[in-house]
Amino acid sequence: MTGAHAFSHKHLLGMEHLSAEEITTILDLGENFLEIANRSIKKVPTLRGKTVINLFLEPSTRTRTSFEIAAKRLSADGVNFTAASSSTTKGETLIDTATNLDAMSPDIVVIRHAQAGSPLLLTKHIKAAVVNAGDGQHEHPTQALLDASTIRAHKGKIEGLTVVICGDIDHSRVARSNIFALRKLGARVRVAGPRSLLPLGIESLGVEAFDRVEPALEGADVVMMLRIQLERKAGGRFPNTREYARLFGLNARRLALAKPDAIVMHPGPMNRGVEISPEVADGPRSVILDQVARGVAIRMAVLYLLGGGSDAVE
Amino acid sequence: MMLRPAPPESNLVERSEILDSVGMARVLRRVAFEIVERNGQDAYFVGIRTGGALLAERMVKLLVEGGEKRPDLGAIDITLYRDDVFHGLPKPEIGPTELKKSIDGRVVVLIDDVLNTGRTVRAGMDVLLDYGRPRLIQLAVLVDRGRRELPIQPDFVGVRLQTTAEHSVRVMLSERGETDRVVLRERSGS
Amino acid sequence: MADILLRGGRVIDPARNFEASAEVLLQDGKVARVEPGIAPPAGARVIDCKGLWVVPGLIDMHTHLREPGQEYKENIETGTAAAAAGGFTAVCAMPNTVPPNDNRAVTELIVRRAREAGVVRVYPIGCITQGQKGENLAEMGELQEAGCVAVSDDGKCVMNSEVMRRALEYARGLGLPVIQHAEDTNLTAGGPAHEGAASTRIGLRGQPAAAESAMVARDLELVVLTGARYHVAHASCAETVRLVRDAKRRGLPVTAEVTPHHLTLTDEACAGYDTSTRVNPPLRSDKDVAAVREALADGTLDAVATDHAPHSPVEKDVEFEQAASGMIGLETALALCLELVDAKILTPALLVTRMSVAPAKILGLPGGTLAPGSAADVTVIDPQAAWTCDPSRLRSRSRNTPFGGRAMHGQAMLTIVAGNIVFAQEKPVG
Repeated sequence: MTGAHAFSHKHLLGMEHLSAEEITTILDLGENFLEIANRSIKKVPTLRGKTVINLFLEPSTRTRTSFEIAAKRLSADGVNFTAASSSTTKGETLIDTATNLDAMSPDIVVIRHAQAGSPLLLTKHIKAAVVNAGDGQHEHPTQALLDASTIRAHKGKIEGLTVVICGDIDHSRVARSNIFALRKLGARVRVAGPRSLLPLGIESLGVEAFDRVEPALEGADVVMMLRIQLERKAGGRFPNTREYARLFGLNARRLALAKPDAIVMHPGPMNRGVEISPEVADGPRSVILDQVARGVAIRMAVLYLLGGGSDAVE
Repeated sequence: MMLRPAPPESNLVERSEILDSVGMARVLRRVAFEIVERNGQDAYFVGIRTGGALLAERMVKLLVEGGEKRPDLGAIDITLYRDDVFHGLPKPEIGPTELKKSIDGRVVVLIDDVLNTGRTVRAGMDVLLDYGRPRLIQLAVLVDRGRRELPIQPDFVGVRLQTTAEHSVRVMLSERGETDRVVLRERSGS
Repeated sequence: MADILLRGGRVIDPARNFEASAEVLLQDGKVARVEPGIAPPAGARVIDCKGLWVVPGLIDMHTHLREPGQEYKENIETGTAAAAAGGFTAVCAMPNTVPPNDNRAVTELIVRRAREAGVVRVYPIGCITQGQKGENLAEMGELQEAGCVAVSDDGKCVMNSEVMRRALEYARGLGLPVIQHAEDTNLTAGGPAHEGAASTRIGLRGQPAAAESAMVARDLELVVLTGARYHVAHASCAETVRLVRDAKRRGLPVTAEVTPHHLTLTDEACAGYDTSTRVNPPLRSDKDVAAVREALADGTLDAVATDHAPHSPVEKDVEFEQAASGMIGLETALALCLELVDAKILTPALLVTRMSVAPAKILGLPGGTLAPGSAADVTVIDPQAAWTCDPSRLRSRSRNTPFGGRAMHGQAMLTIVAGNIVFAQEKPVG
């Protein structure tokens, strides 16, 4: 049992700077952790005595809960520090918050923040390992990891697959992290949506861009629908949700263009009837709930790798 | 499975062969039958990954070949239960824990290749207790090299050795592409 | 004031088409003679300038001195000290102070403080509109009387076309240039980075280059209508360059400036979310950088201006999207422009034209030449001096520069204003 695992980062800030080997390491570990959810005692003592702070400065229930469960299943002490209870609304800067948290000696800080680059800023002011749980429209690495884990489990591999990411690409950190991860793992990635939601220069990330959904879906192995982020002012980018659903939503008729065994994914929370029709969301090809289950296992793997005190390693 | 990082292989020279392949088979058979003798058919053989799990499989096979009924067999991985996860080991691999039948109320015989400090066995017992409530836990090892750091004693022992910190006991198994044998090695120049 | 004889330097005076090894004699605050073989008059201080360039004092037509109102970022004393250290003998103070320089009282305060504490000359620029709100015209006539050399709402764009039209007409009547911070704020709303491949990758919200060029295009139509003197502040993209080039070809009274950072950094510099790379307009694509470099060489862009914008950690030690826009530039501008000379984009004479001759001409300022009889504003430059930018050693009160650690070549050795040495590099020069 030597260093078969390649993972040498102190923090997990994004997928852009991870290698395919490192991503595979996390996916493999995540597979191992899946089993713990089926035990009667869903808990191992691995991170006993470690403190994980969930610093959520943007509303999020499911990602925070997923990280919370992951920490608890590893026996870490988890503390939530959310926007509602924080002082960032009272004018304290992120750096002040960070140095205050650091004074409490956490081992891992999981941060969700509305602005790109804030996890990196955090790393410059605290000693703890930092996990990016979503920064603005930049990255959401654990979502991409759980998506890759889901794809690998259902398709047996990732290399050579055609994955279509549909919808609000511009505002989506999920799209960016998935593009980075899936490209490294050898998938072909297409992005599709109204041209007004495709960011300039997206092709430079190695993807094909489509301004209609239909041609993008042809021959796809995986269809990943993104949430229309009305709270990020995506609304002004297209006339209304009715037209969006009609032109760009995933329904059974459109899904028929993909391969017969194509799977359907969604990072949640869904706008049912807008980007995805209920028949597809709840249909036999939907793996959406499996994504959620794998989210906990993947986050356990991440906490395990970062909580292991990488400064002591090698 | 050793809990402390082994001294670098290059510094070790072989001092003596404790068991050759014939000897290993003989010792394993003896231990396996001792377990059945004491516990009857109730014994649940559970090996600690990776060496102990391979030995447990072999013992079950030897029992079946010897005309005994096939006992229940399982394997556990103790990586997540170690007390030294954060102390300088390379990122360890985690193998699956497989306990297909419930261990509740059973006599579980934990099997490991080398018993040293006892910390691996402590972790192994914690794993078992997270999966259920055995009536009894016993411990069987191929080699007991002494040097305990916890109050743990084996119930079944293949070979007993007196060793020092300069020694390394290595169990080689054909399942890992080596010739079956157990050797005692020592740090060179010491 | 003792006479100064600058001996043996390479005198570069593009305004007179003069470039030769010569002595420069400064007497009574004026340039007395520029010719080879001048014997030092009795009592004159003789400074050996062998291997150095002797040029008309550099002029920065776009500086934020932050006084009055934001002295924690910079004040006239520290800002002009930074200017002197950067080789500038004059700076133009942008009006987005607190309160803004939209009336004579503020202008007079700046002029008085500059006289008391200023190390180099300070020329105030007044607001186009009251409070820089883009609604009602500021009292441009009184601003001019009090000392303003141009008007600008810099930091903000005059968005309303009718207001801009009337501003251009009124300023034309006064003979004041109008400097536009060209930014369609509907297109830039919330986007701190240049919109393109880099912003897409690093997840920063972007603003398109068209936000600048569309506003320049509108303004140029208003220049056709009004005939006013129009100057584009911090031109940063290829489309703006194309528009200005075309306007000049049509004979419109249009000039434009570019900053050293838009000449030397691309949007990739924002990849580490270093807030000192957050500037407005944002750092652009490599294509845009190539376009502004070419335009600076061919004269489409007339001048280099620093847009020196000091900010404290309060504004900068925050998330990228929360950070204030701007970087300091007075002490790095010369070395960054010398990189363009090294890259054969500019000749030494063109560098002096862009940093001294053109700003003087655009704003009608004294200086920009070493012609005998002109003010003794002189910069002595060592084009080879190697140094490394250390933000902690800069004279500016603020530290917001992304150039910390950059290996530089060339710096001002001596800055002379009206015959007084206001800055001398620690390394002895004479």
